[in-house]
Amino acid sequence: MRRWLAVFSVLVGIAGGAGAEYPPVVPGTALVFPDDTGAHPDYRTEWWYVTGWVADEAGVKRGFQVTFFRVRTRIGEDNPSRFAPRQLILAHAALADPAAGRLLHAERAERALAPLAGAASGRTHAWTGDWSLEWRDGHYRSRVADDRFAFDLRFDPSGPPMLNGRAGFSQKAPDPKHASHYYSRPQLAVRGSLRVDGATHRVSGHAWLDHEWSSELMPEGARGWDWIGMNLHDGGALMAFRMRGDAGETMWAAGTLREGGGAPRALAPAEVQFIPGRRWRSPRTATDYPVEWELRIAGRRLRLQPLMDDQELDSRRSTGAVYWEGAVRLLEDGREIGRGYLEMTGYGARLRM
Amino acid sequence: MNAALRHVFLASLARRRLATALSLVAIALGVALGLAVQLIHGAALDEFGRGMRLLAGEADLQAVGGRTGFDDALYLTLAQRPEVAQASPVLEVEARLPGRDQTLRIFGVDVFRAVHVQPALIPLAETEDRLAALAPDALFLAPAAQAALALAPGDTLSVQGGLDETTLRIAGSVPGTGVGQPLAVMDIAAAQQIFGRIGRLTRVDLKLARGVDRATARARLGPLLPAGVTLLAPEAAQAQVAGLSRAYRVNLTMLAVIALLTGGFLVFSTQLLAVVRRRQELAFLRALGVDRPMLLRGLVAEGAAVGFVGGLLGVALGYGLAALAFRLVGADLGAGYFEGVAPQLRFDPLASAGYLLLGVAAGVAGGALPAREASRMQPARALRAGDEADLLQARPRWAAALACLAAAALACLMPPVGGVPVFGYAAVALVLAGSVLALPGAARLATRVLGGARPALLRLAHARLAAAPGQTVVAGAGVVASVALAVAMAIMVSSFRTSVDDWLAQMLPADLYLRASSAGASGFLPPEVVARAARLPGVAAARPVRYDTLRLSDERVPVTLIARAVAGGIALPLVAGAGGDAAREPGGLPPVWISEAIADLFGLAVGDTLALPLGGAAHRFRVAGIWRDYARQHGALVVELADYRVRTGDTLANDVAISLAPGATVETVSAALRAELGERTIEITLPGEIRAISLAIFDRTFLVTYLMEAVAVLIGLFGISASFAALATARRKEFGMLRHLGLTRREIGRLLALEGALTAAVGVAVGSAAGGAIALILIEVINRQSFHWSMDLDLPFAALGAFAAALLLLAALAARLSGSQAMRQSAVLAVREDW
Repeated sequence: MRRWLAVFSVLVGIAGGAGAEYPPVVPGTALVFPDDTGAHPDYRTEWWYVTGWVADEAGVKRGFQVTFFRVRTRIGEDNPSRFAPRQLILAHAALADPAAGRLLHAERAERALAPLAGAASGRTHAWTGDWSLEWRDGHYRSRVADDRFAFDLRFDPSGPPMLNGRAGFSQKAPDPKHASHYYSRPQLAVRGSLRVDGATHRVSGHAWLDHEWSSELMPEGARGWDWIGMNLHDGGALMAFRMRGDAGETMWAAGTLREGGGAPRALAPAEVQFIPGRRWRSPRTATDYPVEWELRIAGRRLRLQPLMDDQELDSRRSTGAVYWEGAVRLLEDGREIGRGYLEMTGYGARLRM
Repeated sequence: MNAALRHVFLASLARRRLATALSLVAIALGVALGLAVQLIHGAALDEFGRGMRLLAGEADLQAVGGRTGFDDALYLTLAQRPEVAQASPVLEVEARLPGRDQTLRIFGVDVFRAVHVQPALIPLAETEDRLAALAPDALFLAPAAQAALALAPGDTLSVQGGLDETTLRIAGSVPGTGVGQPLAVMDIAAAQQIFGRIGRLTRVDLKLARGVDRATARARLGPLLPAGVTLLAPEAAQAQVAGLSRAYRVNLTMLAVIALLTGGFLVFSTQLLAVVRRRQELAFLRALGVDRPMLLRGLVAEGAAVGFVGGLLGVALGYGLAALAFRLVGADLGAGYFEGVAPQLRFDPLASAGYLLLGVAAGVAGGALPAREASRMQPARALRAGDEADLLQARPRWAAALACLAAAALACLMPPVGGVPVFGYAAVALVLAGSVLALPGAARLATRVLGGARPALLRLAHARLAAAPGQTVVAGAGVVASVALAVAMAIMVSSFRTSVDDWLAQMLPADLYLRASSAGASGFLPPEVVARAARLPGVAAARPVRYDTLRLSDERVPVTLIARAVAGGIALPLVAGAGGDAAREPGGLPPVWISEAIADLFGLAVGDTLALPLGGAAHRFRVAGIWRDYARQHGALVVELADYRVRTGDTLANDVAISLAPGATVETVSAALRAELGERTIEITLPGEIRAISLAIFDRTFLVTYLMEAVAVLIGLFGISASFAALATARRKEFGMLRHLGLTRREIGRLLALEGALTAAVGVAVGSAAGGAIALILIEVINRQSFHWSMDLDLPFAALGAFAAALLLLAALAARLSGSQAMRQSAVLAVREDW
């Protein structure tokens, strides 16, 4: 959930397209699979977000992330031009390689224009140029290539989609109008190839996919958020987030916990607590991030530890966003019980609403 | 050379101030004109090239078509090719701005693509709204456009697409374009919609994938392109435009060369006469120990000094002229080669130094011959008076003159070099040289004709001319050159003007013309509007005309396509072939009428087949006729509107030619059209107005040549005046003798006037003949090869006659005035001078 996108979508609202209103996200809408794995072009924003840990032949562990965003601009909806920028496709990929010490990342932005870029309805298929994420024959496949890194990964699900919130209705703030439709695909088995520093590796590991669409997300006065998606070693999954206010206070928090072999359970705001721990200061942006956390989830005390400290994304020269998103370990009683991704936004300059 | 000697030589320049000043002026003029042309076109080409590079950005290749562009599906095809790393689509529109005189070049771009290929075109919004560039009403103005339109972010601007007016918001700027590019950027989808160009692009800029070179990419992508679309390297387009203006630039530079030559000639004649006058002084210097090379150097230095000072003045004047031209007529000197470019005048050290050197060279060249002549004299003989007659001998050189003329005739048969009629200019120079060489012979012929004359004065004049033909040559050469150039220009301009006038009458047969904008701009008339206009009372016929440009070859700029009714008696100014209904062969290919430029550039003749890229496919046409076109030097072709519409499906029109019903007036129909179609979005022009404007532009263009002619004539007259002044001094003894023999002072004045007139008459006769020949070369070789148009010869007899008479009178006057000084002296003193 992703701040640089949030910057985009907030501003699209300002740009003031003249098209029809965005549909509100309301509870009680049943998600239908596989139809709902495809795009929902009427809503303002939508993303497919894959994060995971992989290890190569030599056992070297790396984190990766690939995201496709769809944004409805409400611009040019009455324009018969094929270039009418009704929908934008933004993509972002990053690789956390401890050997590099910091993130390698790349991004793409395009107007949706088949066959060059788009997001299909009916089943997951989002692409821009030679970057893609697609659901086909019971698995996802994603291809990303940039100058410094590339990957071609296959993701096989181990179970049905995990609906977050109330049957996929995920409230983001005290006012229920700030909400999204949101499901996750935890425990995706990853296989494929990864190129970094000119060398191509066979890799395997575990990944997590989020698919979320909404029309109104950030409440007034929100400064940023913290989010985790963790694959637990016992086969379970944990998603948790909190919306932070100006003073760093929690405006809203929620999550979903699926114990190994059990059914997913929605966590109420009171069951999710994020307590910042050790801080790391970015040498580039001088932003302080709490890179270690204590989590109180449904009465359990958990700890987060990063794969490496410097997993900051500095996109000031392109999208203008600066945030921290990286691979982390989840520990309980000093023992690693899962691996996943942590995202922290709103720690730098104030988000302009 | 020591200071004293320097003083001896250079001080001589100061003694003959008028002569030195005129030489200075001529050289300065030549240097100034040449440098100004160079500066103006250099700046225009630089800025144009900078603009092209800027707009092309990092593109390796550009897919370009004609003015209305091509189907935008080509972008999708190209963008997916493995040879292409990035493709960026562009829709370029010359937007008409209702209520304003200017148009605005608007680039519709996809910012997501442009950022990779043409970063200079990335708009910067006033707000921090990253998607402001996508808003359909957002227009981003380059700094030069903000200045030209006096608009700032937050203001609004009306643009016209077809007949529709849209109000756009100035949402920000295009900071990457620098100061010389008055353009604007908006979202490509909005541009397509607002300007009625849905589905069309004018360009796709390509950045090639790593390891793919241009030749490979052109070979692999070429087959994917529809007819009429080519892949060009950005520099190629620049070179094509530069090539188009080259002939024009060379023509202007030739004017400068003529001025420089005249300057050199003036230095020559004044130096020669100065040497004659200073013969005893120079001999004295030799006797005092100045050796031959030193004398030579001193005299050459005099010429060089004149050239240097004239060159310096010329360089300063050149910058002034260029600055003035930028302010008044723009960088293309009104010729329309570099529209949409606002270049800055810059100091060009290389060109400045070069032209300064040319000025010095003209002075040195002018001074060299007389200096050699003077250094060869025998000091002992020259110290005695009366020796100067040696210098005034001249033998007829018919053989050399004929050789020059023969070489000129041969040069006329040669083709142009790189679009420049190099041999044509050589022919002009050869004719000039030949005529000057013919002058001694002509002078001798003239003395023979005058041989039987009775009146004493005439016989005296005859005797003088026969005895000193060199005087005729020196004084008359300037007259020959200036008369030749003046006569040639007069004949050429007169022929050109008459032909243009006839051509305009044929090209504008209707009573009035309706249009939404000029053909290159964003206004157009949909068919229903044409139908509405046709139904108005008083309108007998409304014939739509559609303009486009077509790329017939990769190597040349596009040619203009004119689709209009040709059948039914709408004549073209044909020079070959058939027009109208006669051109259509039953069952044969449809007819196309090509302009002379296309016939020349593409080597086509009547009956040939020509494939035209219409609607993305090549269609074969038969060349039915060749017509004269003074408007489009790059070439134009005409096809029947019906043939065009069937092949393109394009039913829009740029112009509508309206013929009035009997009894209807232009005023009532114009008012009805304005009432029906709206005041702001249409333009109504009358053929009379177009003709008047065109001829006014024509006359303005040739104003500079009239000025040059006047200067040339002045210089010719000066030649006569200077030679008579110099020789009159030398002839003081002769005049004293004549006074003794009973001639009055007044009669000696008449004698001088007569001599001047006779000398000028010889010069005028030879010059007129040479001028006629040069006019023919200008019309048949230089214009044809430079601009590819023919014209009908028109001899302005009355004007030429008046010109010749005026020149003779002025020559007589000049000779009389110049000699007056010599006649003031007492006869006794003059005769005794030698003793």
